[in-house]
Amino acid sequence: MLVLIVRRLILAALTLVLTSIIATIVVQALPGDACTAYLGRYIEPGALAQCRGQLGLDHPLAERYLDWVAGLARGDLGMSLSTRRPAIELIGPRVQNSFLLGGVSALIGLPLAVGLGVLAATRRDRLADLLASGLSMAAMAMPEFVTGTLLIFVFAIWLGLLPAVTLVSSNATVMDLLPYIILPVLTLVVVLIAHILRVTRANVIDQLESEHAEFARLRGVGGWRLLWRHVLPGALPATINLCALTLAWLLCGVVVVERVFNYPGLGTLMIEAISNRDLPVVLEATMVFAGTYILANLAADLATIALDPRLRRSGSGW
Amino acid sequence: MVTAEPGADAADSASHPPAGQRRAVLARLLARPSGRIGLALVLFHIALAMLSPLIVPYDAAAQGLDAFDAPSAAHWLGTDQLGRDVLSRTMLGSRELLSVTAQAAGAAILWGGAAGILLGLAGGLIDDLALRVVDAFLGIPSLLFLLLIAFAFRGSTEIVVPAFGFFYGLPVLRIARAATRGVRDADYVTAARLRGESAFHMLWAEIRPNVADVILVEGAMEWSWMILAFSSLSFLGLGVQPPTPDWGQMVADARGYLTIAPWAAAAPCAALVSLVVGLNFLSDALGKALGIDAIRAPR
Repeated sequence: MLVLIVRRLILAALTLVLTSIIATIVVQALPGDACTAYLGRYIEPGALAQCRGQLGLDHPLAERYLDWVAGLARGDLGMSLSTRRPAIELIGPRVQNSFLLGGVSALIGLPLAVGLGVLAATRRDRLADLLASGLSMAAMAMPEFVTGTLLIFVFAIWLGLLPAVTLVSSNATVMDLLPYIILPVLTLVVVLIAHILRVTRANVIDQLESEHAEFARLRGVGGWRLLWRHVLPGALPATINLCALTLAWLLCGVVVVERVFNYPGLGTLMIEAISNRDLPVVLEATMVFAGTYILANLAADLATIALDPRLRRSGSGW
Repeated sequence: MVTAEPGADAADSASHPPAGQRRAVLARLLARPSGRIGLALVLFHIALAMLSPLIVPYDAAAQGLDAFDAPSAAHWLGTDQLGRDVLSRTMLGSRELLSVTAQAAGAAILWGGAAGILLGLAGGLIDDLALRVVDAFLGIPSLLFLLLIAFAFRGSTEIVVPAFGFFYGLPVLRIARAATRGVRDADYVTAARLRGESAFHMLWAEIRPNVADVILVEGAMEWSWMILAFSSLSFLGLGVQPPTPDWGQMVADARGYLTIAPWAAAAPCAALVSLVVGLNFLSDALGKALGIDAIRAPR
């Protein structure tokens, strides 16, 4: 088991390194650099060279990448090339805002999605199931920007209950953000339900039809006890894995949802940083997203290992 | 599996499924309501995308003085903030989206399928190492990179298509590899190997006919994911570039005028959702008609 975990950790670390290298190369491949973006279109050649010298853009890419890694190891995120201030000042509050958005969505969405999936499975082919499955089918066909626009239309324009876009600065406190966070969270919850409900339902139905559940039923076990003791333990590992994968995927959805609602999070910052060719900020935003993604996958694998006695016992087999 | 027609030898019937077998799959597909609805929606959208330049009532770029007109006899779906006809723009708005994602889905199926079959056949150290690399790539949030790449090469399909094809080909590769390992030790594969057949013959004539169904269904699902992802990029301004009309772009434009012209956002949203619902229904029904009970996992 320990070998298995160590292997997974090494793979996660390698993936993180791979991500940072690809991101560096891609940002470098973008036309223009931080100086052309900063100085605008009509610039003297002398100013451009001076700016590149100041920002260290005249050094080779590999050297700048290694400098960035060395800085990261010291806990120094470097300077933002577009604002010329420490990147941490820019990224810190945005990370908090994005994590607030993603965290609240996950806290509400994951239990709700799994619960509805179990409900749909136990009420198979009855009204509740048809409703839940139908809705998740429809939600699955909607990209986040359609869901978000629909929710804005219903709750902000039609009913006039909630604000349509976020109108606070990125340093706003949680309390200030609260009214603005409801619609983005709702959008992400719909996305979560779309992805998790159907598969959870299928997993639970699988277990309900299994021989051991049938045997338990023949012994007179029924209702909640059957569900809790005999059905859910079997359906759990696959569902947890799915939840982690969806959570990871939710992170990318966050980028779009933040844009739909003008939410001052890491996703909007990243898009701004891309257009400013602000390599350190792009890299760090990418690393936060990728790191969370990889950690969620890692957590899913570890949970699967912990829940599966076969994997727990033997060290090999992966 | 439907039995081969009498007279056809087994290997031949595998690489060229007899018409009867194909008809049986189609019949099973159409036996399900989801198959009928899905096929109808997808065919409708493909036909509309191909014919729309000939049948649109207005030029998609033509601006009028009558901005924000509500749906009327002259403009069935109203006009947008520049007085452009929403119906015409919605009819034309899938052309670029469908063309880019169909090419990328084709690329994903080809490279993912071929690489998966070859890895499944090779086995051993190569297979092991390659799979680690694939897992590492699957472990990175591909949408972030597609976003970066789409930004860098805005509007140039010759880069965006391979990029989408590459990332969305990875799940195809895993499925093709797993399916290949399922048939790798079958007698006819061993026989072909002992005959000393070439790698290409093994890939195309021995393995492909047996894993094509799985790859096809997976490819259809990936296509639907790509449509969602690419129109999201267009919404962010990183996909289809104006003046080419596009659904994601139309929603982004209309978002600021939701209170005065909700139709300008509603039309492209409805069109996009109906296309993806159709494709999801179709890939689901196709999987069941082919006897593959696949459940869509998140990307």
